[in-house]
Amino acid sequence: MSRKAPGKTVQQLESVAIRFTGDSGDGMQLTGTKFTESTAIAGNELSTLPDYPAEIRAPIGTLAGVSGFQIHFSSKSVRTPADHPDVLVAFNPAALRANIDDVRPTGMVIVNSDSFTAKSLKRAGYAEDPRPALRDRYAMVEIPLTRLNREALKDLDINMRDADRCKNFFALGLMYWLYHRPVESTERWLESRFKGSVLEANLRVLRAGYAFGETTEILPVSYIVPKAKIQPGVYRNITGNKALAWGIVAAGELMQTDVFLGAYPITPASEVLHEVARYRHFGVKTFQAEDEIAAICAAIGASFAGELGVTTTSGPGFVLKQEALGLAVMAELPLVVIDIQRAGPSTGMPTKIEQADLLLALYGRNSDSPIPVIAAMSPGDCFHTVIEAFAWAVKYMTPVIVLSNGHLANSSEPWRIPDVDTLPRPKVGYWSDPETFLPYARDPETLARPWAIPGTPGLEHRIGGLAKEQGTGNVSYDPRNNEDMIRLRAEKVARIAADIPPIEIDGPGSGELLVVGWGGTFGAITAAVEAARQNGKAVSSIHLRHLNPFPKNLGSILRSFDKILVPELNEGQLVRLLRTEFLVPAIGMNKVRGQPFLIEELLARIDEMLSEETSP
Amino acid sequence: MTDHFNQLTSKDFMSDQDIRWCPGCGDYSILANVQRVMPDLGVPRENFVFVSGIGCSSRFPYYMNTYGMHTIHGRAPAFATGIKASRPDLSVWVVTGDGDGLSIGGNHMLHTIRRNIDIQILLFNNRVYGLTKGQYSPTSQIGMYTSSSPDGSIDHPIDPLAFALGAGATFVARAIDVDGAHLQQLLRRAHDHPGTAMIEILQNCPVYNDNEWAEVEDRKSRIDAALVLEDGEPLVYGSEGHRRGISLHDGIARVIELKKDQDPIAAGVAVHNEAYQTPAYAFALASLRRPDFPLPIGVFRAVETATYDALLQGQVAGAVVKRGAGSLHDLLHSGDTWTVEER
Ligand SMILES: Cc1ncc(C[n+]2csc(CCOP(=O)(O)OP(=O)(O)O)c2C)c(N)n1
Ligand code: SF4
Ligand SMILES: [Mg+2]
Repeated sequence: MSRKAPGKTVQQLESVAIRFTGDSGDGMQLTGTKFTESTAIAGNELSTLPDYPAEIRAPIGTLAGVSGFQIHFSSKSVRTPADHPDVLVAFNPAALRANIDDVRPTGMVIVNSDSFTAKSLKRAGYAEDPRPALRDRYAMVEIPLTRLNREALKDLDINMRDADRCKNFFALGLMYWLYHRPVESTERWLESRFKGSVLEANLRVLRAGYAFGETTEILPVSYIVPKAKIQPGVYRNITGNKALAWGIVAAGELMQTDVFLGAYPITPASEVLHEVARYRHFGVKTFQAEDEIAAICAAIGASFAGELGVTTTSGPGFVLKQEALGLAVMAELPLVVIDIQRAGPSTGMPTKIEQADLLLALYGRNSDSPIPVIAAMSPGDCFHTVIEAFAWAVKYMTPVIVLSNGHLANSSEPWRIPDVDTLPRPKVGYWSDPETFLPYARDPETLARPWAIPGTPGLEHRIGGLAKEQGTGNVSYDPRNNEDMIRLRAEKVARIAADIPPIEIDGPGSGELLVVGWGGTFGAITAAVEAARQNGKAVSSIHLRHLNPFPKNLGSILRSFDKILVPELNEGQLVRLLRTEFLVPAIGMNKVRGQPFLIEELLARIDEMLSEETSP
Repeated sequence: MTDHFNQLTSKDFMSDQDIRWCPGCGDYSILANVQRVMPDLGVPRENFVFVSGIGCSSRFPYYMNTYGMHTIHGRAPAFATGIKASRPDLSVWVVTGDGDGLSIGGNHMLHTIRRNIDIQILLFNNRVYGLTKGQYSPTSQIGMYTSSSPDGSIDHPIDPLAFALGAGATFVARAIDVDGAHLQQLLRRAHDHPGTAMIEILQNCPVYNDNEWAEVEDRKSRIDAALVLEDGEPLVYGSEGHRRGISLHDGIARVIELKKDQDPIAAGVAVHNEAYQTPAYAFALASLRRPDFPLPIGVFRAVETATYDALLQGQVAGAVVKRGAGSLHDLLHSGDTWTVEER
């Protein structure tokens, strides 16, 4: 729909960030998701950030129950959901109170004026109506949303409660008008999802919201954000969790081997289990285990039996898996373990963001038990990361850890759908020859042992956690053998570096300051470094996906810069590794508030680093 | 698959590894009997997988010339679940101890049994932690003196079979380490049972808990101390001249003294039935304790219901029939997509 709004001004913008907020029952996640789809179809670059309360049903109208969804879209490149929204849509006073401080000065604030009752103001903790004071600081748009929505449905046979539940679609329709977004994809979605009077009601208020925008005096201007220059191709929106799930399914297809996923529900990893469980027709088996330990153990069992074993979890569950991971190291079986990090310690803030399980992934087991680690850097990258992890696991006969985080898990980005024919097809080969078989003989190049699966005549053998004799794999307490085997396993993991492409530097290859990031902070760091360079600062950045082993050229890059800044959403984990491994004076920048980095805070730190005297 | 499995002998199931159990350990007898039964099961050797946790008993797979996994403490049922769920063609056997299976691994034991995955679980019950040098276990009797209970254990013990029945076990049996013929018979039954088959094997640990089962291990005293369960037969035990039977009413068991040539059924002795749908009967049997009652051995319960592995395979096959084999291209393009043209 691109009806012209008669008599209204249209203004062009380069980019906009909108935050939809309301009570967790108001449907903000859905509203945000639908707006995102429409925005992608409109051809903008975009980035999103959902933020929901930890409680499933927090008391209505309270700060604890506020749910939000932010989208940043632009005609230029977009790296993050934006530090500060330009527009806040608040469905109730609590949502306003919880979010107003984040809004850019003079930004637009759209509120449901019907919701500012004495009772809901009190629930939100407002002593008095905040709107008069806000009118001076923001462009306040006060809409009687509840009434308008009921009005649109008055001749429909639907009760008041159901009618009120549609009002997010009224608001969505209005926002579509305000930013010239197409409504068709949302209409199609509603038609596929609902029928009867519920469908009719939602369609009606969506269109009524749009029409209200066209006619109301309250909004004299609408906005166009032109299409971005985007690489040609077929696109879709994808969240990190969906990409992980599809990566798991894809690995099975590409490697022509059945996948076995063992998992135990935990935020924010559960959706991966839910999603994979839908694809039994790919031959994928999911097993909801009794706990995280059983989940990984069953996955290892499946690997021993010749399938692609994988387990998905988050921090507390990842801890529980460590003993079994140690066994997988010893047994040298392929396995992929996906940890979607969340804010901790302990149960911490399950729905919030952190990247603090790096050292746990690397060193969380008894004794020396090295495991390769890959961290995804964007939602879409999660897909490729999982396939890469499976490829390593099978080629090197080793467990591989994939790190994602709650931010990647839930945010979505437009993703150019890869051509299936161009995806890698890692080879899976089981040993079959009894004459030459030794359970712990090693491939001279990869040091991998043979994968010999039950059902193969003549290869009957026993594996387990007790120290293994080189070659035979028999139990051995020989001191030299143990040391040799520990070093061989470490060497095997180190050799994976041969498969890792050299890191590319964003910016000049040497200079005063290098910013080093890893995993899910890619967007914010790149945006900040690019902005700093536009301000004339000499700063470069690299982003690590491969944390163990490191890319081969990492050391030489680090040594080409005077100063190194390592921003991390933890108290300093990668920075420790870089300092010990490469003896470089890397400095950490740390944040553990359960929130992503803001571009402005990174920029400020970059400026500070550049103005400091170089000190050894 | 090989076609020579019919000619296999117990020797073919002996691995080349030195056995490290203490002299006189009950595990030797169990191993020998398992090796004796394997050739008769109609399964190619390469299709057997033995999975264990940690403990003396859990060393078992190393001595079997089959595929084997010696895993981590208590988790063997979970590994076995992954193996069997992904490869239903395999014959999967779990070997565990009273500590491994009921202490650290109690949770996995419970859930594996409840899912009725088609595996065999052999629980070697010596009522002690052997490998860690003799601490009391979850099946140790109250008052047992050990290094960690110098004043006597104050833990109420659990009965492995009552535990299994509580979890909904479809096959539950008890055997004695040294009664080879009977053990072999139960191993065959367990193998043939579709679903989780749990056998508690009473096992002597001469080092840390000697003679725990002496009454039933000794052939002579066994006659009065054990009740051999036979499907369709009355619950009768005892030596010539001192025959007794068990009656069961309202879940309460009583010993009935039988006169010479007295018909036990007419005297009110219960008739054994493995196939009662309610586990209550088998539970009542599992509650019989020495010295007031004989210790039942044999099959307590054998009923059939769907197995987890068959249901899982069924869902996978059903999904393929219903939706066609998955296409990765179609998956990636499912839902809303849009095309950005060359400009
Ligand atoms: C995680 C962990 N905790 C503790 C141990 C030590 N441990 C090994 S075996 C065992 C008890 C075994 O008892 P049981 O299962 O009865 O086997 P048995 O030796 O009696 O055959 C313990 C506590 C361990 N190996 N791993
Ligand atoms: S300690 Fe006991 S159970 Fe362990 S091997 Fe020795 S006798 Fe057997
Ligand atoms: Mg024991």
